[in-house]
Amino acid sequence: MNDTADLERAVRRMAESLTARLETDGRAEEPLMVGIHTGGVWLAERLHHRLGLQGELGTLDISFYRDDFTRIGINPQVRTSRLPFSVDDRRLILVDDVLHTGRTIRAAMNELFDYGRPAAILLAVLVDRGGRELPICPDVTGLRLDLPPGGHVKLTGPEPLALEILTEGRQ
Amino acid sequence: MNPQLDADGRLRHFLDTEGLSRETLTHILDTAESFAEVSEHAVKKVPLLRGKTIVNLFFEASTRTRTTFELAAKRLSADVLNINISTSAAVKGESLLDTLRNLEAMHCDMFVVRHADSGAAHFMARHVQPHISVVNAGDGRHAHPTQAMLDAFTIRRHKPDFENLTVAIIGDILHSRVARSQIAALRILGVPEIRVVAPRTLLPAKPRALGVVPFTDLVEGVHGADVVITLRLQKERMRGALLPSEHEFFQLYGLTEERLREASPDAIVMHPGPINRGVEMDSRVADGPRSVILQQVSHGIAIRMAVMSITLGAIRSEGTT
Repeated sequence: MNDTADLERAVRRMAESLTARLETDGRAEEPLMVGIHTGGVWLAERLHHRLGLQGELGTLDISFYRDDFTRIGINPQVRTSRLPFSVDDRRLILVDDVLHTGRTIRAAMNELFDYGRPAAILLAVLVDRGGRELPICPDVTGLRLDLPPGGHVKLTGPEPLALEILTEGRQ
Repeated sequence: MNPQLDADGRLRHFLDTEGLSRETLTHILDTAESFAEVSEHAVKKVPLLRGKTIVNLFFEASTRTRTTFELAAKRLSADVLNINISTSAAVKGESLLDTLRNLEAMHCDMFVVRHADSGAAHFMARHVQPHISVVNAGDGRHAHPTQAMLDAFTIRRHKPDFENLTVAIIGDILHSRVARSQIAALRILGVPEIRVVAPRTLLPAKPRALGVVPFTDLVEGVHGADVVITLRLQKERMRGALLPSEHEFFQLYGLTEERLREASPDAIVMHPGPINRGVEMDSRVADGPRSVILQQVSHGIAIRMAVMSITLGAIRSEGTT
Protein backbone atom coordinates (compact mmCIF):
# COMPACT_ATOMS: atom_id res chain seq x y z
CA MET A 1 0.00 0.00 0.00
CA ASN A 2 2.85 2.40 0.74
CA ASP A 3 4.26 2.86 -2.69
CA THR A 4 5.84 6.05 -3.91
CA ALA A 5 2.60 7.45 -5.36
CA ASP A 6 0.84 6.93 -2.01
CA LEU A 7 3.65 8.73 -0.22
CA GLU A 8 3.58 11.67 -2.60
CA ARG A 9 -0.20 11.89 -2.09
CA ALA A 10 0.36 11.87 1.66
CA VAL A 11 2.89 14.68 1.29
CA ARG A 12 0.35 16.69 -0.73
CA ARG A 13 -2.30 16.19 1.96
CA MET A 14 0.20 17.26 4.58
CA ALA A 15 0.91 20.46 2.65
CA GLU A 16 -2.84 21.18 2.45
CA SER A 17 -3.34 20.56 6.17
CA LEU A 18 -0.36 22.75 7.01
CA THR A 19 -1.72 25.57 4.85
CA ALA A 20 -5.11 25.32 6.55
CA ARG A 21 -3.51 25.17 9.97
CA LEU A 22 -1.31 28.19 9.31
CA GLU A 23 -4.32 30.23 8.14
CA THR A 24 -6.16 29.63 11.40
CA ASP A 25 -3.17 31.07 13.28
CA GLY A 26 -3.88 34.40 11.63
CA ARG A 27 -0.26 35.48 11.53
CA ALA A 28 0.92 37.30 8.44
CA GLU A 29 4.56 36.39 8.77
CA GLU A 30 5.74 33.38 6.78
CA PRO A 31 6.73 30.37 8.90
CA LEU A 32 10.23 28.89 8.84
CA MET A 33 10.69 25.23 8.04
CA VAL A 34 13.21 22.94 9.70
CA GLY A 35 13.80 19.32 8.67
CA ILE A 36 15.41 16.71 10.92
CA HIS A 37 18.22 14.71 9.29
CA THR A 38 17.95 12.64 7.17
CA GLY A 39 14.44 11.57 6.20
CA GLY A 40 12.89 14.70 7.71
CA VAL A 41 14.99 16.87 5.42
CA TRP A 42 13.78 15.02 2.30
CA LEU A 43 10.21 15.49 3.42
CA ALA A 44 10.79 19.13 4.40
CA GLU A 45 12.22 19.86 0.95
CA ARG A 46 8.98 18.67 -0.62
CA LEU A 47 6.72 20.52 1.84
CA HIS A 48 8.81 23.68 1.53
CA HIS A 49 8.31 23.57 -2.21
CA ARG A 50 4.58 22.80 -2.01
CA LEU A 51 3.94 25.60 0.48
CA GLY A 52 5.95 27.96 -1.71
CA LEU A 53 7.97 29.24 1.23
CA GLN A 54 10.50 31.96 0.40
CA GLY A 55 12.85 31.50 3.36
CA GLU A 56 15.69 29.03 3.26
CA LEU A 57 15.07 25.55 4.66
CA GLY A 58 16.79 24.78 7.96
CA THR A 59 18.24 21.38 8.81
CA LEU A 60 18.82 19.83 12.21
CA ASP A 61 21.02 16.93 13.30
CA ILE A 62 19.98 16.10 16.84
CA SER A 63 22.89 13.74 17.59
CA PHE A 64 24.38 16.03 20.23
CA TYR A 65 21.01 16.33 21.99
CA ARG A 66 20.04 12.66 22.18
CA ASP A 67 19.20 11.15 25.55
CA ASP A 68 20.84 7.80 24.84
CA PHE A 69 24.47 8.97 24.52
CA THR A 70 25.53 7.09 27.66
CA ARG A 71 23.95 3.92 26.26
CA ILE A 72 25.03 3.87 22.66
CA GLY A 73 27.72 6.57 22.38
CA ILE A 74 28.06 9.15 19.69
CA ASN A 75 26.33 8.76 16.36
CA PRO A 76 28.98 7.62 13.88
CA GLN A 77 27.53 9.87 11.21
CA VAL A 78 26.75 13.31 12.54
CA ARG A 79 25.63 15.83 9.96
CA THR A 80 25.67 19.53 10.60
CA SER A 81 22.71 21.48 11.84
CA ARG A 82 22.13 24.55 9.74
CA LEU A 83 19.58 27.19 10.60
CA PRO A 84 20.32 30.12 8.26
CA PHE A 85 17.91 32.43 10.10
CA SER A 86 17.05 33.68 13.56
CA VAL A 87 14.33 31.58 15.19
CA ASP A 88 13.46 34.32 17.69
CA ASP A 89 9.72 35.11 17.69
CA ARG A 90 9.13 33.09 14.51
CA ARG A 91 6.70 30.25 13.82
CA LEU A 92 8.62 27.09 13.01
CA ILE A 93 7.40 23.98 11.23
CA LEU A 94 9.47 21.06 12.46
CA VAL A 95 9.44 18.17 10.00
CA ASP A 96 10.41 14.54 10.55
CA ASP A 97 9.81 11.31 8.65
CA VAL A 98 8.73 8.88 11.37
CA LEU A 99 7.30 9.70 14.80
CA HIS A 100 7.74 6.88 17.31
CA THR A 101 8.77 7.43 20.96
CA GLY A 102 8.93 11.22 20.65
CA ARG A 103 12.51 11.34 21.93
CA THR A 104 13.89 12.72 18.66
CA ILE A 105 11.37 15.56 18.76
CA ARG A 106 12.26 16.30 22.41
CA ALA A 107 15.94 16.50 21.38
CA ALA A 108 15.11 18.65 18.35
CA MET A 109 13.13 21.13 20.44
CA ASN A 110 15.95 21.39 22.96
CA GLU A 111 18.35 22.14 20.13
CA LEU A 112 15.99 24.74 18.59
CA PHE A 113 15.83 26.56 21.91
CA ASP A 114 19.63 26.81 21.92
CA TYR A 115 19.23 28.93 18.78
CA GLY A 116 16.65 31.25 20.28
CA ARG A 117 13.03 31.51 21.42
CA PRO A 118 10.56 30.65 18.68
CA ALA A 119 7.03 32.05 18.90
CA ALA A 120 5.56 28.61 18.14
CA ILE A 121 6.57 25.21 16.81
CA LEU A 122 4.30 23.01 14.69
CA LEU A 123 5.20 19.37 14.18
CA ALA A 124 4.64 17.68 10.83
CA VAL A 125 5.47 13.98 10.37
CA LEU A 126 5.02 11.67 7.41
CA VAL A 127 4.39 8.53 9.47
CA ASP A 128 2.98 8.25 12.98
CA ARG A 129 3.69 4.69 14.04
CA GLY A 130 2.49 5.05 17.64
CA GLY A 131 4.49 3.89 20.67
CA ARG A 132 4.96 7.32 22.24
CA GLU A 133 7.02 7.55 25.44
CA LEU A 134 6.76 11.32 25.79
CA PRO A 135 3.78 13.69 25.64
CA ILE A 136 4.36 14.76 22.05
CA CYS A 137 1.60 15.03 19.48
CA PRO A 138 2.02 15.96 15.80
CA ASP A 139 -0.01 18.82 14.33
CA VAL A 140 0.02 17.31 10.85
CA THR A 141 0.39 13.62 9.99
CA GLY A 142 0.74 11.97 6.57
CA LEU A 143 0.05 8.33 7.44
CA ARG A 144 -0.71 6.27 10.50
CA LEU A 145 0.86 2.85 10.83
CA ASP A 146 0.01 0.33 13.48
CA LEU A 147 3.29 -1.40 14.18
CA PRO A 148 4.15 -3.81 17.00
CA PRO A 149 6.81 -2.55 19.48
CA GLY A 150 9.60 -4.55 17.80
CA GLY A 151 8.60 -3.37 14.34
CA HIS A 152 10.61 -0.93 12.32
CA VAL A 153 9.81 1.62 9.66
CA LYS A 154 12.27 3.67 7.73
CA LEU A 155 11.94 6.23 4.97
CA THR A 156 14.30 5.79 2.05
CA GLY A 157 14.97 8.52 -0.49
CA PRO A 158 15.40 11.22 -1.47
CA GLU A 159 14.21 10.15 -4.94
CA PRO A 160 11.85 8.35 -4.89
CA LEU A 161 10.48 8.29 -1.36
CA ALA A 162 9.63 4.80 -0.12
CA LEU A 163 8.91 3.15 3.21
CA GLU A 164 10.77 0.09 4.44
CA ILE A 165 8.59 -1.73 6.93
CA LEU A 166 9.65 -4.63 9.13
CA THR A 167 6.92 -5.97 11.38
CA GLU A 168 9.24 -7.75 13.78
CA GLY A 169 12.83 -7.49 14.94
CA ARG A 170 15.20 -4.71 14.12
CA GLN A 171 17.58 -4.90 11.20
CA MET B 1 46.18 -5.21 21.01
CA ASN B 2 46.05 -1.44 20.82
CA PRO B 3 45.51 -0.18 24.40
CA GLN B 4 43.35 2.67 23.11
CA LEU B 5 40.64 0.39 21.76
CA ASP B 6 38.03 -1.71 23.53
CA ALA B 7 37.13 -5.28 22.58
CA ASP B 8 34.82 -3.97 19.85
CA GLY B 9 37.54 -1.78 18.35
CA ARG B 10 36.01 1.45 19.66
CA LEU B 11 38.23 4.29 20.82
CA ARG B 12 38.18 4.22 24.65
CA HIS B 13 41.29 6.28 25.30
CA PHE B 14 43.09 8.63 22.96
CA LEU B 15 46.79 8.22 23.60
CA ASP B 16 48.48 8.30 20.22
CA THR B 17 47.61 8.57 16.55
CA GLU B 18 49.95 5.67 15.77
CA GLY B 19 48.31 2.31 15.30
CA LEU B 20 44.80 3.67 14.70
CA SER B 21 42.86 2.99 11.53
CA ARG B 22 42.06 5.47 8.83
CA GLU B 23 38.36 5.00 9.66
CA THR B 24 38.93 6.00 13.29
CA LEU B 25 40.90 9.12 12.38
CA THR B 26 38.37 10.08 9.70
CA HIS B 27 35.56 9.59 12.21
CA ILE B 28 37.31 12.02 14.58
CA LEU B 29 37.70 14.58 11.76
CA ASP B 30 34.08 14.21 10.62
CA THR B 31 32.73 14.53 14.16
CA ALA B 32 34.91 17.60 14.73
CA GLU B 33 33.39 19.13 11.60
CA SER B 34 29.96 19.06 13.27
CA PHE B 35 31.36 20.47 16.51
CA ALA B 36 33.10 23.30 14.64
CA GLU B 37 29.66 24.46 13.63
CA VAL B 38 28.41 24.41 17.26
CA SER B 39 31.05 27.03 18.11
CA GLU B 40 29.37 29.41 15.68
CA HIS B 41 25.97 29.29 17.40
CA ALA B 42 24.65 31.92 19.77
CA VAL B 43 24.64 29.21 22.45
CA LYS B 44 28.05 27.61 21.96
CA LYS B 45 27.11 24.54 23.92
CA VAL B 46 25.51 21.14 23.49
CA PRO B 47 24.28 18.93 26.34
CA LEU B 48 26.14 15.79 25.23
CA LEU B 49 28.41 15.31 28.27
CA ARG B 50 26.11 16.79 30.89
CA GLY B 51 26.85 15.21 34.24
CA LYS B 52 30.34 14.03 33.24
CA THR B 53 33.40 15.28 35.06
CA ILE B 54 36.59 15.87 33.13
CA VAL B 55 39.88 16.46 34.91
CA ASN B 56 42.66 18.35 33.17
CA LEU B 57 45.72 16.91 34.82
CA PHE B 58 48.69 19.00 33.78
CA PHE B 59 52.08 17.99 35.12
CA GLU B 60 53.69 20.33 32.62
CA ALA B 61 52.82 23.97 32.03
CA SER B 62 50.59 24.76 29.09
CA THR B 63 48.12 27.53 28.46
CA ARG B 64 46.77 26.96 24.99
CA THR B 65 46.32 23.22 25.16
CA ARG B 66 44.76 23.32 28.62
CA THR B 67 42.37 26.15 27.81
CA THR B 68 41.19 24.54 24.58
CA PHE B 69 40.59 21.25 26.41
CA GLU B 70 38.72 23.19 29.07
CA LEU B 71 36.58 25.06 26.55
CA ALA B 72 35.91 21.83 24.65
CA ALA B 73 34.67 20.14 27.83
CA LYS B 74 32.52 23.14 28.76
CA ARG B 75 30.97 23.34 25.30
CA LEU B 76 29.96 19.71 25.78
CA SER B 77 28.35 20.69 29.13
CA ALA B 78 30.79 18.61 31.18
CA ASP B 79 32.13 19.81 34.52
CA VAL B 80 35.83 20.58 34.40
CA LEU B 81 38.49 20.43 37.04
CA ASN B 82 41.92 21.91 36.27
CA ILE B 83 44.74 20.50 38.31
CA ASN B 84 48.20 21.88 37.91
CA ILE B 85 50.33 19.21 39.51
CA SER B 86 53.68 20.94 39.11
CA THR B 87 52.51 23.24 41.88
CA SER B 88 50.77 20.67 44.06
CA ALA B 89 51.01 17.01 44.97
CA ALA B 90 53.97 15.98 42.83
CA VAL B 91 56.04 18.54 44.65
CA LYS B 92 54.97 16.94 47.92
CA GLY B 93 56.14 13.56 46.65
CA GLU B 94 52.78 11.99 45.82
CA SER B 95 53.13 9.28 43.17
CA LEU B 96 51.22 9.34 39.88
CA LEU B 97 49.26 6.29 40.97
CA ASP B 98 48.24 7.91 44.27
CA THR B 99 47.13 11.04 42.46
CA LEU B 100 45.10 8.83 40.14
CA ARG B 101 43.40 6.92 42.97
CA ASN B 102 42.49 10.14 44.74
CA LEU B 103 40.91 11.62 41.63
CA GLU B 104 39.05 8.39 40.90
CA ALA B 105 37.55 8.59 44.36
CA MET B 106 36.00 11.90 43.27
CA HIS B 107 34.05 10.03 40.55
CA CYS B 108 35.64 11.56 37.49
CA ASP B 109 34.95 10.27 33.98
CA MET B 110 37.95 11.45 32.03
CA PHE B 111 41.55 12.43 32.62
CA VAL B 112 43.24 14.73 30.16
CA VAL B 113 46.91 14.27 30.92
CA ARG B 114 50.01 16.22 30.06
CA HIS B 115 53.26 14.95 31.48
CA ALA B 116 56.98 15.45 30.83
CA ASP B 117 57.59 11.69 30.79
CA SER B 118 56.96 9.68 27.65
CA GLY B 119 54.38 6.99 28.33
CA ALA B 120 52.65 8.74 31.25
CA ALA B 121 49.24 8.72 29.55
CA HIS B 122 49.60 5.04 28.59
CA PHE B 123 50.50 4.29 32.20
CA MET B 124 47.36 6.01 33.44
CA ALA B 125 45.18 4.30 30.84
CA ARG B 126 46.48 0.93 32.06
CA HIS B 127 45.68 1.73 35.67
CA VAL B 128 42.41 3.69 35.64
CA GLN B 129 39.09 2.12 36.52
CA PRO B 130 37.24 0.73 33.51
CA HIS B 131 34.71 3.57 33.27
CA ILE B 132 37.37 6.27 32.89
CA SER B 133 38.83 7.53 29.62
CA VAL B 134 42.33 8.94 29.32
CA VAL B 135 43.26 11.52 26.70
CA ASN B 136 46.90 12.29 26.08
CA ALA B 137 47.55 16.03 25.96
CA GLY B 138 51.26 15.52 25.34
CA ASP B 139 53.69 13.09 26.99
CA GLY B 140 57.41 13.78 26.94
CA ARG B 141 58.88 13.30 23.48
CA HIS B 142 56.34 10.65 22.66
CA ALA B 143 52.95 11.82 21.39
CA HIS B 144 50.52 14.72 21.18
CA PRO B 145 47.64 13.17 19.29
CA THR B 146 45.00 15.92 19.60
CA GLN B 147 47.49 18.44 18.18
CA ALA B 148 48.15 16.08 15.27
CA MET B 149 44.41 15.70 14.65
CA LEU B 150 43.69 19.42 14.76
CA ASP B 151 46.51 19.87 12.26
CA ALA B 152 45.03 17.18 10.02
CA PHE B 153 41.62 18.89 10.40
CA THR B 154 43.09 22.25 9.40
CA ILE B 155 44.86 20.68 6.42
CA ARG B 156 41.66 18.92 5.32
CA ARG B 157 39.68 22.16 5.48
CA HIS B 158 42.09 23.71 2.97
CA LYS B 159 43.21 20.65 1.02
CA PRO B 160 40.49 18.00 1.20
CA ASP B 161 42.41 15.31 -0.66
CA PHE B 162 45.11 13.89 1.62
CA GLU B 163 46.26 11.53 -1.11
CA ASN B 164 47.66 14.29 -3.27
CA LEU B 165 49.63 16.26 -0.73
CA THR B 166 53.23 17.04 0.02
CA VAL B 167 53.73 18.12 3.62
CA ALA B 168 57.00 19.58 4.92
CA ILE B 169 57.64 19.67 8.67
CA ILE B 170 60.45 21.99 9.72
CA GLY B 171 62.27 22.07 13.04
CA ASP B 172 63.29 19.82 15.88
CA ILE B 173 61.84 16.59 14.51
CA LEU B 174 63.96 14.40 16.78
CA HIS B 175 62.52 15.64 20.08
CA SER B 176 59.05 16.65 18.94
CA ARG B 177 55.99 14.73 20.14
CA VAL B 178 53.96 16.94 17.81
CA ALA B 179 55.98 15.86 14.76
CA ARG B 180 55.81 12.21 15.76
CA SER B 181 52.02 12.23 16.09
CA GLN B 182 51.61 14.35 12.95
CA ILE B 183 53.69 11.96 10.87
CA ALA B 184 51.71 8.96 12.11
CA ALA B 185 48.34 10.68 11.53
CA LEU B 186 49.18 12.00 8.07
CA ARG B 187 50.55 8.64 6.94
CA ILE B 188 47.42 6.85 8.14
CA LEU B 189 45.25 9.43 6.37
CA GLY B 190 47.10 8.72 3.14
CA VAL B 191 49.49 11.64 2.64
CA PRO B 192 52.01 10.25 0.13
CA GLU B 193 54.94 12.56 0.80
CA ILE B 194 55.99 13.80 4.22
CA ARG B 195 59.28 15.64 4.44
CA VAL B 196 61.18 16.52 7.56
CA VAL B 197 63.52 19.49 7.40
CA ALA B 198 66.11 20.12 10.11
CA PRO B 199 69.80 20.30 10.87
CA ARG B 200 71.32 16.85 11.03
CA THR B 201 71.48 16.97 14.84
CA LEU B 202 67.68 17.34 15.06
CA LEU B 203 66.67 14.74 12.48
CA PRO B 204 65.60 11.26 13.56
CA ALA B 205 68.22 8.56 13.06
CA LYS B 206 66.19 6.50 10.59
CA PRO B 207 63.74 8.86 8.87
CA ARG B 208 62.93 6.37 6.12
CA ALA B 209 61.73 3.90 8.74
CA LEU B 210 59.20 6.57 9.84
CA GLY B 211 58.10 6.91 6.24
CA VAL B 212 59.43 10.44 5.85
CA VAL B 213 61.98 12.02 3.54
CA PRO B 214 64.76 13.97 5.32
CA PHE B 215 66.12 17.31 4.14
CA THR B 216 68.84 19.43 5.69
CA ASP B 217 68.26 22.26 3.23
CA LEU B 218 65.13 24.32 3.87
CA VAL B 219 64.63 25.55 0.31
CA GLU B 220 64.86 22.03 -1.08
CA GLY B 221 62.61 20.76 1.68
CA VAL B 222 59.74 23.19 1.06
CA HIS B 223 60.04 23.11 -2.74
CA GLY B 224 56.59 22.36 -4.13
CA ALA B 225 55.09 21.61 -0.70
CA ASP B 226 51.32 22.12 -0.21
CA VAL B 227 51.56 22.35 3.56
CA VAL B 228 54.48 23.82 5.52
CA ILE B 229 54.47 23.06 9.23
CA THR B 230 57.03 24.69 11.50
CA LEU B 231 57.60 23.30 14.99
CA ARG B 232 58.32 25.25 18.12
CA LEU B 233 62.03 25.27 18.95
CA GLN B 234 62.54 24.47 22.62
CA LYS B 235 65.08 26.71 24.27
CA GLU B 236 66.72 23.82 26.08
CA ARG B 237 67.99 22.43 22.77
CA MET B 238 70.34 25.36 22.60
CA ARG B 239 71.79 24.46 25.96
CA GLY B 240 72.25 20.82 24.93
CA ALA B 241 74.77 21.79 22.22
CA LEU B 242 72.45 20.49 19.48
CA LEU B 243 72.06 23.98 18.08
CA PRO B 244 74.50 26.86 18.11
CA SER B 245 71.95 29.69 18.63
CA GLU B 246 68.45 30.87 17.81
CA HIS B 247 69.89 33.41 15.46
CA GLU B 248 71.77 30.78 13.51
CA PHE B 249 68.71 28.55 13.36
CA PHE B 250 66.70 31.38 11.83
CA GLN B 251 69.46 32.08 9.30
CA LEU B 252 69.28 28.50 8.03
CA TYR B 253 65.79 27.22 8.91
CA GLY B 254 63.64 30.25 9.65
CA LEU B 255 60.62 30.46 7.35
CA THR B 256 60.64 33.76 5.45
CA GLU B 257 58.42 34.99 2.64
CA GLU B 258 61.27 34.53 0.21
CA ARG B 259 61.81 30.90 1.18
CA LEU B 260 58.09 30.24 1.19
CA ARG B 261 58.02 31.18 -2.50
CA GLU B 262 59.56 27.77 -3.11
CA ALA B 263 56.42 26.08 -1.85
CA SER B 264 53.30 25.49 -3.92
CA PRO B 265 51.56 28.82 -4.77
CA ASP B 266 48.57 27.94 -2.57
CA ALA B 267 50.58 26.40 0.26
CA ILE B 268 49.37 26.90 3.84
CA VAL B 269 51.68 27.60 6.78
CA MET B 270 51.08 26.04 10.18
CA HIS B 271 52.62 26.16 13.64
CA PRO B 272 51.45 24.44 16.84
CA GLY B 273 52.18 27.61 18.85
CA PRO B 274 53.39 29.50 20.67
CA ILE B 275 55.59 30.94 17.92
CA ASN B 276 59.10 32.18 18.58
CA ARG B 277 58.93 35.04 16.10
CA GLY B 278 62.23 35.50 14.32
CA VAL B 279 63.33 31.98 15.24
CA GLU B 280 61.02 29.47 13.51
CA MET B 281 59.46 32.03 11.22
CA ASP B 282 59.36 35.65 10.27
CA SER B 283 56.40 37.68 11.57
CA ARG B 284 55.41 38.51 8.02
CA VAL B 285 54.87 34.80 7.38
CA ALA B 286 53.16 34.15 10.73
CA ASP B 287 50.69 36.99 10.13
CA GLY B 288 50.61 36.62 6.36
CA PRO B 289 47.87 35.40 4.03
CA ARG B 290 49.05 31.79 3.95
CA SER B 291 49.18 31.42 7.71
CA VAL B 292 46.39 29.30 9.20
CA ILE B 293 47.88 29.35 12.69
CA LEU B 294 44.88 30.97 14.39
CA GLN B 295 42.50 28.60 12.63
CA GLN B 296 44.51 25.77 14.19
CA VAL B 297 43.62 27.14 17.61
CA SER B 298 39.86 27.25 16.86
CA HIS B 299 39.98 23.80 15.30
CA GLY B 300 41.68 22.53 18.43
CA ILE B 301 38.45 23.05 20.36
CA ALA B 302 36.35 21.13 17.82
CA ILE B 303 38.85 18.25 17.66
CA ARG B 304 38.97 17.98 21.44
CA MET B 305 35.16 18.00 21.62
CA ALA B 306 35.13 15.15 19.11
CA VAL B 307 37.75 13.11 20.95
CA MET B 308 36.03 13.61 24.31
CA SER B 309 32.62 12.60 23.07
CA ILE B 310 33.86 9.64 21.03
CA THR B 311 35.92 8.15 23.87
CA LEU B 312 33.32 8.80 26.59
CA GLY B 313 30.62 7.53 24.26
CA ALA B 314 32.52 4.28 23.79
CA ILE B 315 32.12 3.47 27.45
CA ARG B 316 28.85 1.76 28.00
CA SER B 317 27.58 3.14 31.20
CA GLU B 318 25.19 0.33 32.14
CA GLY B 319 26.10 -0.84 35.58
CA THR B 320 28.24 2.16 36.38
CA THR B 321 25.67 4.93 36.64
